[in-house]
Amino acid sequence: MNGSRDFNRRGWLLFAVLLLLWEIGSRSSPKLQLYLPPVSQILITLGDLLRAGEIVKHLATTLARFVEGYIFSAALAVTLGVLLGYFRFAHSLVEIVIEFLRPMPSVAIIPVAVLMLGIGDAMIVAVTIYASTWPVLINTIDGVRRIERTLIDTGRTFGLSGRQTLWRVILPAASPTIVTGLRVSLSIALILVTTAEMVIGSRGLGFFILDQERSMNGAAMYAGIVLVALLGYALNRIFLMFESRAMRWSNAMSARESL
Amino acid sequence: MPILEVQGLSKSYRQMGGDTTLAIGNITCAVEAGEFVSFVGPSGCGKTTLLMSIAGLLAPSSGRILVKGREISGPPPNLVLVFQEFNKSLFAWRSVLGNVRFGLQARGNRSREAEARARSLIELVGLKGFEKAYPWELSGGMQQRVAIARALAYGPEVLLMDEPFGSLDALTRLELEDTLLRLWAELRTTILFITHDIEEAIYLSDRIWVLSRRPAEIVEELRIDFARPRDQVTTRAEARFMELRNDIYQRISGEGGR
Repeated sequence: MNGSRDFNRRGWLLFAVLLLLWEIGSRSSPKLQLYLPPVSQILITLGDLLRAGEIVKHLATTLARFVEGYIFSAALAVTLGVLLGYFRFAHSLVEIVIEFLRPMPSVAIIPVAVLMLGIGDAMIVAVTIYASTWPVLINTIDGVRRIERTLIDTGRTFGLSGRQTLWRVILPAASPTIVTGLRVSLSIALILVTTAEMVIGSRGLGFFILDQERSMNGAAMYAGIVLVALLGYALNRIFLMFESRAMRWSNAMSARESL
Repeated sequence: MPILEVQGLSKSYRQMGGDTTLAIGNITCAVEAGEFVSFVGPSGCGKTTLLMSIAGLLAPSSGRILVKGREISGPPPNLVLVFQEFNKSLFAWRSVLGNVRFGLQARGNRSREAEARARSLIELVGLKGFEKAYPWELSGGMQQRVAIARALAYGPEVLLMDEPFGSLDALTRLELEDTLLRLWAELRTTILFITHDIEEAIYLSDRIWVLSRRPAEIVEELRIDFARPRDQVTTRAEARFMELRNDIYQRISGEGGR
């Protein structure tokens, strides 16, 4: 996954073959075409929708909610995770609560959020924050707890203050595990935004997809799905680009250790 | 006035089950500025605890530590500890230069002189050309050289070293002993060194304190007066060297039969 960014020719070939099979299968059976329109038709519809502009607004809404929820949850989870990783007492205090809440499917709190926050942006962002906090939180706690005592003591012998220790020793030392958590919660955040939009939204790609399905607009529904997929793919690529730059030392180190 | 004084230091730990165990007995000693002094004692005698206490990283159970006559209550600014486990002590996300600059940056010194000082120390420990390498790309001996350069770049008046060469192979060890002596002669830093290797202590030191088994106490003080600069072949071949070695060995192993 990491390391070389060589073009994966085999993988893209299979991808193209699958799309081709989809196209042929759909065209050869009128019955199937009702549920699964040919790819070409979906892409043409997507093109039309993008030109018309309506779907772009939905995309922008979804993206804005995603960014808001993801960034807020990342900041919250890293802060909490550092505290809980560093102070064993605090961790033992909240450990049981975390272990109960974390495995619960996050979508289950959507009704609760609707009750408490109504059906608006705030509720969708809140649910996204809730869900995407866990992977970052757990990984940050773990990363901080695994830091060698000697490393912290090294900082202290050089006269580091508490704040300096946090920024110069704890955060960089735990960064590889924190980044792993951030990568997991990237897709979770997108799942929660679209799900919440399907449940209560009047805007956003999740809403758009469900709305088209209800209006029996198969091609437009698929166009919405393709757009969400492209969004997820793009976000992940951007993340990996950032990661391979910032974490070059860590990736190179683990590549060496696994030799 | 001695640069470093240890007065009646003892340290006990609470064990599982609630009993307390004494790691350091009652240690009193003083180090003069510019001296190279070693503690030598058997493995597990509490040497590391002693050095961590002197470094201000562990609070003593009783007694006090004075640096230039002032009692410390935390890591003092003019004293740095070099750890035995260099692989756990170096910052894996920083290059060699980044590691060596660490101490100066922590003091807020990001000047050109600071960088020049870091570069000259990298050269002094024999790592010129490796400034951009990462610690995990280097051998164990080179890593410990980085750790020593990092500590010295900070400009400490006292350098504490906790069995710094303990996990290196014999040949690398001899090389690093000579590198350390060269640096010490050049920079005039006071060095307090801990080792379980009797010959290493004799070869390096002006004075040696022999420690007992746990709880660690000073059982003997020896002055080592071989001429400097010392030499791995000729110094170690002197009859007096063997005499000292056997004396200390009997002192330590005799302790065990007590």
